[in-house]
Formats: sequence, C-alpha cells, structure tokens
Amino acid sequence: MSANVRSTRAADFDVQRCRADFPALQRHVHGKPLVYFDNANTAQKPLAVIEAVDGYYRRHNANVSRAVHTLGSEATALYEATRDKLRSFINAPSRDEVIFTRGATESINLVAYSWALPRLQSGDEILLTQMEHHANIVPWQLVCERTGAKIKVVPISQEGELLLDQLDALLTPRVKLLCLTHVSNVLGTVNPIARICAMARARGIPVLVDGSQAAPHLRIDVQALGCDFYAITGHKMFGPTGTGMLWAKRAILDAMPPFMGGGEMIKQVSFEKTVFNDLPYKFEAGTPNIAGVIGLGAAIDYINALGIETIRAIESDLLVYATQQLNTIPGMRIFGTAPGKAAVISFLIEGVHAHDLATILDTDGVAVRSGHHCAHPLMQFFGVAATARASLAFYNTREEVDVFITALLRARAMLL
Amino acid sequence: MSTLEQPAENSAEFAQDTIIEEFGYFGDWTERYQYLIDLGRKLPTFPEALKIEQHKLHGCQSQVWIVPSGTAARLEFQAISDSSIVSGLIALVLRVYSARPAAEIIATEPRFIDAIGLSSHLSLTRTNGLAAMLKAIKDYARSALAQSAA
Repeated sequence: MSANVRSTRAADFDVQRCRADFPALQRHVHGKPLVYFDNANTAQKPLAVIEAVDGYYRRHNANVSRAVHTLGSEATALYEATRDKLRSFINAPSRDEVIFTRGATESINLVAYSWALPRLQSGDEILLTQMEHHANIVPWQLVCERTGAKIKVVPISQEGELLLDQLDALLTPRVKLLCLTHVSNVLGTVNPIARICAMARARGIPVLVDGSQAAPHLRIDVQALGCDFYAITGHKMFGPTGTGMLWAKRAILDAMPPFMGGGEMIKQVSFEKTVFNDLPYKFEAGTPNIAGVIGLGAAIDYINALGIETIRAIESDLLVYATQQLNTIPGMRIFGTAPGKAAVISFLIEGVHAHDLATILDTDGVAVRSGHHCAHPLMQFFGVAATARASLAFYNTREEVDVFITALLRARAMLL
Repeated sequence: MSTLEQPAENSAEFAQDTIIEEFGYFGDWTERYQYLIDLGRKLPTFPEALKIEQHKLHGCQSQVWIVPSGTAARLEFQAISDSSIVSGLIALVLRVYSARPAAEIIATEPRFIDAIGLSSHLSLTRTNGLAAMLKAIKDYARSALAQSAA
C-alpha cells in the first residue's frame, strides 16, 4: 500500500478486519462500545499474541537453554525466534546484540548501571531533553547522584520540537552520553534521530534512544539512525507486558559488566571466580519471561504482516481527522504540533480539568489518559498540572473519533 | 473560620445516611457525576491566598487544598480541588466530617463511600486521594484532641 492509503476504501476494510483480531476491542464499557484511545499507555493485544502465550503454556512449557528434552528445545526455539524477529525489526547487525529485558525502563537502567556508572566522574554530564519520560530521567539522576555527574537538558519549542542549535551547543566534551526519546509520549513529536546522532558522533558522544513510542508506529533501523543504544518495550507494540529489548553495539556490550548475576548468564562458576557467558546471555540472568517473549514474537509478526508503512498511513489519516475535529471544540488547546508527529494528541479544554474530562469520557466508553504522563518536566514547560491524551492505533477508526468528539462536547457541557 | 453555620445534618452518621439515600435516586453514573459536579460548584469560595504548599494534600492526582479551623469541640474544614468532580467528593466529605466535634470525626468510618458505589467506580488513584483526604481530616482531629487534653 502506498502513502495515499488514507483515501482508499481498502484501508477501511483492512481496519475493520484488524479490529476483529483484537478481543478487547469487542468489549462494551458502561453499556457503550469501547473506544480505546490509550494506546500510548499500552496497546491492545491481537489474538495471535494471546494464542502464542497460551500455546507456550499448553504445549511447550519448559525452561529455555537448559534442557535437552523435546519441550526444552521447542521452548528455546520459540523464545530465540523472537530475538531474530527483533533483530530484523530494528535492523540490528547481529542477534547477539539483542538483549531481552522487562521493558524499556529496565533497558535504560541496564545502560545506566552497567555502562554509565563505572564511567561517570564528577564534572561529567548526561544530556537529556525536556520531553523525556521519567524512565529516561530518573535512572540518570540516580547514577549522577552516585558519581557527581550532572544532568543537562535540551530545550524544546512551544510546538514541541527539540531546539537543535541549542542541542549542538550543549554537546560539549563534558557530555558522556546523550539520551533522548525517538517519539514523545505526550507530544507525538518524532525527533530527527539520525541527524542528532550524526551531531553527537562528530564529537564522539554516544547516544541512547528510547524507542518505546516509536516501535508501534515507525520503521526502526538502528544502523541508519546511527545510535549506540536503542530501548523498546513490548506492551506498547501489541505484545505482552513485561517484555522489552535493549540493543547496543557489540563492542559496547562486550565492555559492559553484567547487570544482574544468576543462572544462564555464566559459563563457569566457582566460589572464587565466575566466567560470564557470551552475548546476549551475559545480561539475561535467571529464567526470563518466556511466554511473554514468545508473545512478543507474534506481535512483531502481526505488525510485519500489516506493514509498518500501512500502519503509519492509517494513523496519519486518523491524526489529521482527529486534530481537525478537536479544533472545532471551543477552548481547545493541543500540546505538540510538530510536523510529521505520531498519532498522539495531548489536549486541554479551557476551564476543564483533564481528570474530570477522562472520567466523564469513560462513562461514554471512551478510554483516554489524563495526568502528567510520567513527564513532569514537560508539564512544567507548558505550565500545566496535567493534560488529557488521546493516542491512536491503526485499529482505531474515524467513527470512533466522532464518538470521542461527541463525548468531549457532552463532558464539556457538564463541566463548564 | 467561625462561620457559625450549622451543618445540614446534626450528626456525621445522619449525614452519611442522607447522602446514601440521595445517591439511591440516580439512574446512572452520568447523573451521579453531574450531581458531584454541582456539589463542587456550591462549595464555599476558597481564598486563593490559602492555596499554598502547606495546605496542599499529597496523594491526590488532582490538586487538593484543605485548611482546618476551630477546636476539638468543633472542627471545621475548608477545602477545594482544581478538579470539579474531586470538589464534589470534597463536598460530600465535608458534609459528613466538617463542623463536628473531634471525637465524632475520629469515630466516624466513611461507609457512604462504599454504599454509594464510589469505591468500585473511582479509579484506584482517586480512591487513594480520597483516603489521603480522610486521613488528613482524622489526623487534624487527633491533634486537636491532644491539644485540648494538654
């Protein structure tokens, strides 16, 4: 499908077919059909994912990489297949560089404790941006507290775009790592990661990218982006909760000590000395979330079958339509208007509290998030305590946007 | 805040019974929320000057300010939220707990919250906020009693 999928009937048909794959979308809430617009928080799961998790427990349940029996081999093959799918999904050079984690938060903490902590010294800087999620702020504060390093912040414009000239000025020799999100969970801004990585690379500064919000919406190519670390979480890309990935270049991973000790991450253990396992197992201590990882593999298959470009086109169409409709509501203020943004719309209606809005919308079956979206510094930048956020996925429809707008008008009338 | 205003009901328990009875008349949650929003609007004006950190209640998703006054014999509370629905919840809580003796405040369990279905309908974060507000009110009552005994 091409980029003009938005105007074709075929796209509508595809969306309806996709919706049938998601059992939770068939639900009613307060007697109304569920309109699920909280996808940036967590996405719904297709039947293929649910069945992959179920199938593992029903047929293949065994521990991975430890048993020579049939179930052990099957479980290991299914589990390791997800590593290959992830490698291909982000175009990593090697499957050994794909480390399974519980999610992007653990991925970032792994880098903070294993890579940054031994390297940071007093006077060093970690460069973040104004639009980071707390998961890409707090781990850095923790290692800074222990090392005397400092956090510096790249500012953004009122439209929600990084100020690249200021970023350039902040990339001083003191900066040991630049950490930024690929797509803002509040503003939807898609940051120019390749360009930013080139700026950092010219000064020898490594870059960590939080891809939590990018993975469900964009084609990711870590080699083309030129980053050094890339973190994603499974549950936002239609996979199970408690799954995720850290990718990093092999030389970097080789130089990093293990984060956690335990089974599976060792080659040989005596009480005097332990020889650690090779990549990626060095970072995967203990029995992992096998069922979840297998489910994540099914989620990647689902995304690939649909095509990430198709997903992007459908979501762009929905975003344009929803934004147009929202702007007809009196007192509407939308946060984040960067060109090419992802289908995330943070907004407020003048005089109405975001929580009240979300509470009333729920009585109409419409699920949106309200609050600070784990981004206090960004809320402070815009001078608000909270926003409401509608985040769309390819399985959402224009008809759902209409229900949402009608519900918003009703809530506004009640609350003003 | 010696408003000398008498509470609508002459005891906390009677106030709870009245609230439970009132909520029994509503058909659906839209009506209940509309009622809460209206109650919130009728709260006495909360002076902007009192919206300071010292009076801010933590544990709420929305912002809540609460100011006690009076003595153990009769404790009054002024409170408000930036959320209309939470202001409505505050109005219910104050109807039960404000302008009461400290001993009565401490002895009163907020059974109306379960009885009108609020605890199952509000998200956990809001239930936590409500719990934080009730704890603050009882803490004020306990310290007022301790002061009167001293």
